[in-house]
Amino acid sequence: MADSVLTPPDHTAPLVFTRAQLEWLPWLEPLAVDALTARHVASLVDAARVKSPYFRLLARDPDALEARTRTDKDIFYNPDAGLPRAERELAAAATSRFNGCIYCASVHSRLAATYSQRDADVERLLGDGVTADLGERWNAIVAASVALAATPIAFGPELVDRLRRSGLDDLAIADVIHAASFFNWANRLMLSLGEPTATASA
Amino acid sequence: MAANDPDVIDVLVGIAAGSPLDAIRARRPEARTHAQASYRALFAPEAAGGVTTQERFAVGCFVTGLHGEPATAAFYAERLASSGGSSALCQAVDAAIAEARAHGPYGSYPAGPLSRENTAGPVYRVGALARRTLGSRLAAAFEHMHLLVYHPRDAAPKALQALLDAGWTTTDIVTLSQIAAFLSFQIRVVAGLRALAARH
Repeated sequence: MADSVLTPPDHTAPLVFTRAQLEWLPWLEPLAVDALTARHVASLVDAARVKSPYFRLLARDPDALEARTRTDKDIFYNPDAGLPRAERELAAAATSRFNGCIYCASVHSRLAATYSQRDADVERLLGDGVTADLGERWNAIVAASVALAATPIAFGPELVDRLRRSGLDDLAIADVIHAASFFNWANRLMLSLGEPTATASA
Repeated sequence: MAANDPDVIDVLVGIAAGSPLDAIRARRPEARTHAQASYRALFAPEAAGGVTTQERFAVGCFVTGLHGEPATAAFYAERLASSGGSSALCQAVDAAIAEARAHGPYGSYPAGPLSRENTAGPVYRVGALARRTLGSRLAAAFEHMHLLVYHPRDAAPKALQALLDAGWTTTDIVTLSQIAAFLSFQIRVVAGLRALAARH
């Protein structure tokens, strides 16, 4: 049978940016769990991702998925100095807020809040958007993320200076650049291959 | 392509071995290795599958051309030509870039409180002249790439249906989407690291 677009079941689309747990419904057919070869499973990197329709859809190009995932993990999880995890997540959340990816913003605003314990500031970012005043260090990281997400790219040396004035060293600035840039990758996949839904309840 | 091919991000930023930027990138070795592995998976795959190498570079040339980053765009334009792209194809890609350029991100949200943030912008349809050379398959891919580059929040199932109608399979669409999304990352890392290098 020819490939076709999937029609998601009835669901509740989130209408605002939220830290609530969302699910994601694919618009194209993911690989079936029982059709996954060893190569597909290896490309998921984490075995638990077998349950995710998003990752089983991306597994159709396993080499691209595996390289994407290993890039992602080092940018966000590498604990060797640089930018604190909370602020890597802030860059991801700000990028997602600016590009308009409600799903990615939900995941990474939760993580930013968990690691920073700055729930009110994270809520302001989600509610008011990328111009919310979060204090100069976070403002500088959000401004850098927004400038990088613009097309044409608006990031330049003056934003490097601003991040330095906020106390970021060169490795931390490189982490901002990578975390924000990575979410320009992630947002485009999440936004264009499916849609978010509120988690089924009751 | 061998695993020791030149690192594209290093080449485009101009990072020399032993430089401060080289040392910074070395602190995130997996990200560096796998950003390059992503390039290789998408532009020099072991098996091209349903998306030919020339189609990959035509799409890459279009996507990077839309970003207005001359060095990265020139890199992909050169690869399109060296992958066997005819001068007519290269000119058609350039013409498509010229008619498709915009400023992003824009687009609409689901109707509700976020509607006040809706931002209008163009929906790109390849012009008749470029379409004649690109063909309907690449033209459909370019229209989708424009959506992903500038207004991804407008994405909808009907955009994917247009790709299927043009002859791309589900797996091809995953690869095309990864190309646009990966390049959105690579071109920003290059621009960002170049700005950082400018302060050394």
